[in-house]
Amino acid sequence: MTAKTDWDPTKPILEIENLSISFFTRLREIPAVMDFSCTVMPGEAMGLVGESGCGKSTVALAVMRDLGKNGRIVGGSIKFKGRDLTTMSDEELRHIRGSEIAMIYQEPMASLNPAMKIGAQLAEVPMIHEGMAKEEAWKLARQIVADVRLPDPDRILRAYPHQLSGGQQQRIVIAMALMSKPALLILDEPTTALDVTVEAGIVDLVKDLGEKYGTSMLFISHNLGLVLEVCDRLCVMYSGEAVETGSIKEVFDRMRHPYTQALFRSIPLPGADKNSRPLVAIPGNFPLPHERPPGCNFGPRCSYFASGRCDAQEIPMEVVPGSDRHATRCLRWEEIDWNAPLKAAVKTEKSAIGRVVLKMDDLRKYYEVSAGLFGGGAKKVVKANETLSFEAHEGETLAIVGESGCGKSTFAKVLMGLETATSGSIMLFDENVQSTPIQKRNTDTVSKVQMVFQNPFDTLNPSMTVGRQIVRALEIFGEGKSDEERRNRMLELLDLVKLPRAFADRMPRQLSGGQKQRVGIARAFAGGAKIVVADEPVSALDVSVQAAVTDLLMEIQRKNKTTLLFISHDLSIVRYLSDRVMVMYLGHVVELGSTDQVFSPPYHPYTEALLSAVPIADTHVTKQRIVLEGDIPSAMNPPPGCPFQTRCRWKSKVPGGLCEREMPPMKTLAAGHQIKCHLSDEILNHMEPVIKIAAE
Amino acid sequence: MIVFVIRRILTMVLTALCLTFIVFYLTNLPANLEKLAKSEASARMSDEDVTKWIERNGYATPVLQRYGEWLGIVPGWTRTEEGVTTGRCIPRGSDPALAPSHCGILQGDWGFSTVFKQPVSSIIADRLSATGWLMFWVMAVMVPTALVIGVLSGMREGSRLDRGLSIFSIASTATPEYVSGVVLIALFASATTGISPWLAEHGWISGKTLFPGTATSAMENITFWNFALPVATIALYGTGYIARMTRASMTEVMTAQYIRTARLKGVSFPNVVLKHALRNALIAPFTVIMLQFPWLLNGVVIVETLFNYKGFGWTLVQAAGNNDIELLLACSVVAVFVVLVTQLISDIGYVFLNPRIRVS
Repeated sequence: MTAKTDWDPTKPILEIENLSISFFTRLREIPAVMDFSCTVMPGEAMGLVGESGCGKSTVALAVMRDLGKNGRIVGGSIKFKGRDLTTMSDEELRHIRGSEIAMIYQEPMASLNPAMKIGAQLAEVPMIHEGMAKEEAWKLARQIVADVRLPDPDRILRAYPHQLSGGQQQRIVIAMALMSKPALLILDEPTTALDVTVEAGIVDLVKDLGEKYGTSMLFISHNLGLVLEVCDRLCVMYSGEAVETGSIKEVFDRMRHPYTQALFRSIPLPGADKNSRPLVAIPGNFPLPHERPPGCNFGPRCSYFASGRCDAQEIPMEVVPGSDRHATRCLRWEEIDWNAPLKAAVKTEKSAIGRVVLKMDDLRKYYEVSAGLFGGGAKKVVKANETLSFEAHEGETLAIVGESGCGKSTFAKVLMGLETATSGSIMLFDENVQSTPIQKRNTDTVSKVQMVFQNPFDTLNPSMTVGRQIVRALEIFGEGKSDEERRNRMLELLDLVKLPRAFADRMPRQLSGGQKQRVGIARAFAGGAKIVVADEPVSALDVSVQAAVTDLLMEIQRKNKTTLLFISHDLSIVRYLSDRVMVMYLGHVVELGSTDQVFSPPYHPYTEALLSAVPIADTHVTKQRIVLEGDIPSAMNPPPGCPFQTRCRWKSKVPGGLCEREMPPMKTLAAGHQIKCHLSDEILNHMEPVIKIAAE
Repeated sequence: MIVFVIRRILTMVLTALCLTFIVFYLTNLPANLEKLAKSEASARMSDEDVTKWIERNGYATPVLQRYGEWLGIVPGWTRTEEGVTTGRCIPRGSDPALAPSHCGILQGDWGFSTVFKQPVSSIIADRLSATGWLMFWVMAVMVPTALVIGVLSGMREGSRLDRGLSIFSIASTATPEYVSGVVLIALFASATTGISPWLAEHGWISGKTLFPGTATSAMENITFWNFALPVATIALYGTGYIARMTRASMTEVMTAQYIRTARLKGVSFPNVVLKHALRNALIAPFTVIMLQFPWLLNGVVIVETLFNYKGFGWTLVQAAGNNDIELLLACSVVAVFVVLVTQLISDIGYVFLNPRIRVS
């Protein structure tokens, strides 16, 4: 590897200058990235932040020169260690890929070859690039697997990808990238598909490895909090352009671009509150690549827009003087008062909490799974929900929090009647619906309990107009006497979710993700729902849209006094909008209380770890770092005693190995605050808060 | 794995029983038996005589009993009339006392063919081995060609190579055997059309045609010349079909993320195809290839008749055309057996190709 030696380490490792990338379709040329520049110094971690479709992944793929058949670099240069990648031959590129630039992908399962053993996939890298012998390569693979902190490396090397959990797979992908000690690591949303506690582990690993091997990183993410944790510098992208770039500190604390500012105002930070300091959604929609406005791309959505100036010419990147390579693509950055307080948002009254509308008592849901392929063998019982008891009141938002596999979706299914409970009771208003499947529930009950689904892209019928789908829901719920009446009601519902009435005649494919989710909400409220189960309603949406959809839900709730069961894994949004929080782990409710009670000590050890794992995009926040080891145990084979004991850091504080033997009882700490833990009150009372906000 | 195979074999036996019963029932419909009586005894029998004949030859008992007799789990019928004992298991003119009580396929007694005047078992054995050779050569030609074509066209979707090979495979799979067989004969095995007269004119071939128009001589001795045309006729159709399947599966695999991972690891293109894509791409076509075996069994019907090659398909046509119940039944048993065995092999092979599937 001659290239590794004749290169001056004080020079940037990656230098992208005025890069423009276009995709060519039969119809037209679609510019995906325009005039993009950035430099990455050795050992530096550069973050690329932006919403989906802003071109951040395209930049990464351009660095790898893997844009596919339609993509082409139409201008600019990408210099890696001083050599221009854009003019390299395939053969030269092949030597650089995997050995000097390595990439880590979003979906670990999809990026590992399902028919090849892990060891073979890892060992391949040094065998190709360094001509290493097979035995030696496997030995190196074993060492790297141990480096990424995977237990039992020998077994893992011999395993196939499907035999590992998502977190383990991502560690393997990272190991694969590190096999030949690359100089530059590109991480494309490496943790998006993973749970928060697993994410925290991976982020820690990436940071440590970056320091250990001195690797430079290009970290692509839509999550500002993650970028804050991992990167030294960042570059905010919007609609194919870099709009602001600089060091983390400067961009976070002294942003000089309206989009960056709007982005920060639309994410729920610890200080935000739905009533006193609501989120500010960015108005309008992301422009399609071929419908970009003239001049500033952000212009139509910008609150500082000056017509005649901002839309008159191309906006160049301007350096902010007196800073470390801080630049912004805004004409008016010097005129804007960046410290002006947020325009007094409409404060809203906290809606009154009414009577109990839903009461679950000692609910259990077990699934029987046969062990053998043909129904033979011993039956195994998966305890998806264990002794679930709680109440929900009218007009209240109850958040249900937990990682994948904790039983929150099963709970929603049981409540909706898609599954029937194994035992226990569900009192809906004054009716016991525990063992009534949805087919047998009367229309009234069905229309009272409705659901908003996670993925708006799959939940609408693609061959029915939006209006027709809502009218259909109205028909099923028996609303309205005539078609005319139902049509009017449908238009009112569109008004309610703030969609133009013209959308009634549109097909779902003509709508953006946020708009589809609004249709989903309108459909849920069609029958005057009293209880709405929102299963991760915004997690598939972009940050700027999330705020708008969340606010919409809140507003409808206030208007209709709906009880909202908000299922989520995103603690920031939960803190922002919920009144009470229920934390679940492996089918058990481990903590239940008001939002303040749950988010401040004393915590359940799991809640504590969960809080610590959530990345927060605020430089004033200091967090206690708690990284959970290992994966969530399988619900098929739960650990004895406390379900959390295998990963709990407080376990040693409980005398006599009680955690391993006995299921802790639910104990009440304060009014309405329950916790399922063996820890003594004394220890619980001395817990430190996980998140501290430094004084400004 | 062994448990799995045993289980599968048990299911197979059950399926075979059901299927053969259906065939047995259909071939033994009253109208068929009437026809049989008329063809065996006299075409001008009165209806009464027909009924009598049917009774006398043991065809009047309930279907289930006759099915049991045919299987060999129920004792064969016997009938004593005017001091002469006849029965299913008693060959004409032999001593009834020496005859076994059961005689069905379980005892290895497949019955007697009314068309060929031979025991069914020996006919089936001969014909099946003849067809076996035909199938072997078809597979030997078809599968590798199809896989190569499929992989080559699938690895770079939309390339010129892909387009060219796709045109070939679509054309070949759109041409049924009775068309391609006739076309091939006209091209290569006709003294008046195709290339043979031209070659003969130049004295490049000794005979009148390049290939013989029949494959009858292949019954004794298979050569390239007498076997090429029938093999090509069958293989052509299947090649296109399997190639299309392989191509579809290959193009899908080539867009998978792990192929991008491999490419961005610096693996060279030939290695991406061979080491990373091939095994994954073969999973889907493998099932299709195994399904070709039963399909070949019926595909040979046309080709064997066309080339006058007396194999299984030809026998099937003869048996069906002449209401030869025992032979027809035997043919269907063989067909059912081939289908089930190839499916078992395909399931086992699937497990080896796809590590995500593990049988317990």
